[in-house]
Amino acid sequence: MADDEQQVGGETAEPLDPVVETLLERLYEELGDAVIDRAQMFGTPIVRVRAEAWRRAAEVAKTALACDYLSYVSGIDWQPAPREGAAAGADTSSPVQPTDMTFGLAGSAGRFQLVAHVQSTTRHWGITMKTDVDEAQPRALSWVPVYPGAEWHERECWEMFGITFDGHPALRHLYLPSEFEGHPLRKDFPLLARVVKPWPGLVDVESMPGDAGGDASDGESEA
Amino acid sequence: MSSTDTPGLPRFDVEPGALRHLAEAQMNVELDTGDMILNLGPQHPATHGTLRLVVRLDGERVIAADPVVGYMHRGYEKLTEFRTYPQITTLVNRIDWLSSFANEVPFVHAAELLMGVEAPPRARWIRTILTELSRIATFYLFLGEMGLQVGALTPAFWGFRDREHVLNLIEAATGGRFHPNFNRIGGLKDDLPRGWAAETRRAMQAILDGCDDFESILVGNEIFEARTRGIGIIPSDVGASYGVSGSNLRASGVDWDLRRDGRPYLAYPEIEFAVCTHTDGDAFARYWVRLQETRESARMVLRLLDGLPAGPIMAKVPRVIKVPEGEAWVETENPLGQMGYYVVSKGATGPFRVKIRSASFSNVSILPWLLRGAYVPDVVAILASLYFILGDIDR
Amino acid sequence: MSALHLAVDVGWGWTLALKTVVVLAVVPLAALVLGYTFLLKMMSHMQSRLGPMDPGGFHGWFQLVGDGIKFLQKEDVMPLHADRRVFAIAPAVVVVSTFLVFVVIPTGPKLVVESLDVGVFYALAVSSLSVVGVLMAGWASANKFALLGALRAAAQLIAYELPLLLAVVGVVVQAGTMNLQGIVHAQQDGAIFGWGGIGFPFVLTQFIGLGLFLVASQAELTQTPFDMPVAESELVAGYMVEYTGFRFLFFFIAEFGTAFAFAALAATLFLGGWAVPWVHGTAADVLGVPVLFAKLMLVAFVMFWVRFTYPRLREDQLQALAWKVLIPIGLANVVVTGIFKVAF
Repeated sequence: MADDEQQVGGETAEPLDPVVETLLERLYEELGDAVIDRAQMFGTPIVRVRAEAWRRAAEVAKTALACDYLSYVSGIDWQPAPREGAAAGADTSSPVQPTDMTFGLAGSAGRFQLVAHVQSTTRHWGITMKTDVDEAQPRALSWVPVYPGAEWHERECWEMFGITFDGHPALRHLYLPSEFEGHPLRKDFPLLARVVKPWPGLVDVESMPGDAGGDASDGESEA
Repeated sequence: MSSTDTPGLPRFDVEPGALRHLAEAQMNVELDTGDMILNLGPQHPATHGTLRLVVRLDGERVIAADPVVGYMHRGYEKLTEFRTYPQITTLVNRIDWLSSFANEVPFVHAAELLMGVEAPPRARWIRTILTELSRIATFYLFLGEMGLQVGALTPAFWGFRDREHVLNLIEAATGGRFHPNFNRIGGLKDDLPRGWAAETRRAMQAILDGCDDFESILVGNEIFEARTRGIGIIPSDVGASYGVSGSNLRASGVDWDLRRDGRPYLAYPEIEFAVCTHTDGDAFARYWVRLQETRESARMVLRLLDGLPAGPIMAKVPRVIKVPEGEAWVETENPLGQMGYYVVSKGATGPFRVKIRSASFSNVSILPWLLRGAYVPDVVAILASLYFILGDIDR
Repeated sequence: MSALHLAVDVGWGWTLALKTVVVLAVVPLAALVLGYTFLLKMMSHMQSRLGPMDPGGFHGWFQLVGDGIKFLQKEDVMPLHADRRVFAIAPAVVVVSTFLVFVVIPTGPKLVVESLDVGVFYALAVSSLSVVGVLMAGWASANKFALLGALRAAAQLIAYELPLLLAVVGVVVQAGTMNLQGIVHAQQDGAIFGWGGIGFPFVLTQFIGLGLFLVASQAELTQTPFDMPVAESELVAGYMVEYTGFRFLFFFIAEFGTAFAFAALAATLFLGGWAVPWVHGTAADVLGVPVLFAKLMLVAFVMFWVRFTYPRLREDQLQALAWKVLIPIGLANVVVTGIFKVAF
């Protein structure tokens, strides 16, 4: 386990926090080579584990690392949002993200990842875990047998990203109506409000009533 | 489903009752004769907003409960991908609308961590004061409104009346009663107005007196205790595995408060405060813990005002905020529980992905497990004691 | 027979008509006065607010009258699946039982609609008719919340009839008669250890009875802490939830009219009713109404004060209170009263 190359969010590389070091040590003991990569994120360790060891990582966290508290389970879609073409619409005012697909801390094998954070109510430490999800067949192991609270988080993940969870008792919609088609948090699912009408811009000025051009309806057609 | 299926893995002991809820929470099953399916909500005074609770009843006893959320889903995580960092503070105000200021703090803190900017001490202290004021505003309403849910009409009015003191203070400082939008990356928008500190001290004294009123009318009342003691007991391990946080978990005996135990943030490392826990884990314990926390928050505000440092309220940040590439996770002890933001930045003026971890989402996910075997009036008492906000569940 | 002698003998037809008009007029008026004083003003002041201030000019006294007019002109809405006839009759059943209770309440030595010899028995019997009305309302509404409320009400109202009765039995044993006029005279003409200064209000010996009566009548009126059938934060008006307009007005009048009636009964049975000890004859007729009114407002004040202060008991806790606590106390009270009556 080499602890020289670490990725840190933002600033220059800094040495590992002693707590982070303890956690990573224990984790490597239990999981061995199921851990693909690790980094430090402002005092929280962040590890990427193999997909088939995802549930075992949860069990290890709960037993060996005393992380009894589940904070969240969610997903990330690393693909940059399309800006040309129909999917992007005429949105010119949203922040411009880089067009090449780069990954964050602890890397990624592809477009989709699961990210989860667990904490210990007794030792007051926490660990963030990531795993890769295959883009063609997005499946992952469910954490529900380990943390019952993951049920709702995984339902949300499924409806927002399309990731299916093996072992989840009932994957059904959480927020969206049951007939909803599509997975909104994927980057190729457009934000429809910005497609329908371009956002006027970062700064929009409303003229005072009575000023020139103030009383006509702004922008588009007159009714 | 259990880990004993795959050989070679360590056997994981899960309490048998903990998984039974998963089967029973499904509502698309054949209806037995004698059971009645009742829809509590989405419009119902007990559900604190548009929460739909589908319960299967045997007489007045709940056999299974299934919360249906999403009536207030606004798609915050998608929206944040299309906005700049300063624009997001406006959005994020409206997640937990009773303590709006407290929602902005972790997000702004995450952006500041990624930028390597630190807000000046005065800004940090004022942020702490406003966060504690929003905690008082939220909890004070809870103290009154929990009485209302179990039938005592009068404390609810006192709750709203005295909360006005706090809302007036927040309005005087920030310009908005409910949605201040006062945090900026690097500090705050403005300094405190003159005379605000004296006004706040008076208000905190009124809050402390009001807490005594609530204690005298509800805490010792036999009927209130009969309605809340032993109701909705959350064991600490079950609660933690569901992600229940904040006062709910402290009422189950878990001594964990992110202000004291998490990564140091705002001015909390520099002042003294007590963390209250209770051993019972029932609805009464949750009420009691929040009552004590309200008092403690009022005292904290007084201490913070005493030690408020002078100085600038905004650090030097560029006019157009561009946050360097990286990831940050910041969690804070919000009134409703643990709130956290996982911000992924790619160096643009807006984030690439923001995961908003809201407290009520997890607090409500325990309902199918918690409501089995409860009576209908107990359902109302349990919902009131968990204290969730729909905007926090649905984002 | 009625002891009412008018200055002019007008025959039984006119007397009957007069009595009917009096009862029909007094009940809504009673509901109005009680509702305004306690519900709108006392509750508001206890909750640090003012209540209605504008209608009528002086502290909003016209509010309830205005509400009544508003209800009368509302659209008659009935749920699609409701049982139409039962839905329509239910409020009438409840309000009729209220009217009937007012028949026996005496307001003066000669001012009573009908002085029945079984006055107390009649009053309690007739007030239980409202249970049927409540059940009809809950069932016919075709609404699960209404049904829950009605079933809770049925269990509760029947359970609390017994403590009510036992509280009253003590008074009847002590007075020796069930006739309400007789009970008032017993209190007026009685003496405490030989001193007849204030008569002998039964509250002095039947204080347990008064306590039981107040608790049981609170439950009979489905007022907090016994308002499970109408639990606002759970069932949102329970069995009344589908009722709007004038049908709801009937329920409202019934609720506050019955509160007035029970307060009047409590004042009559325990506090001496219309009697002031040293006043007899026609002066008592004149003074009777304000005296009774003052006494019953005192009782009503206590009832409503408790209503606005306490949380509500859960249904099973409520039942346990009635069967395991109040009835044994009531029985003990009757036994002790009987012993004292025989011994002294």
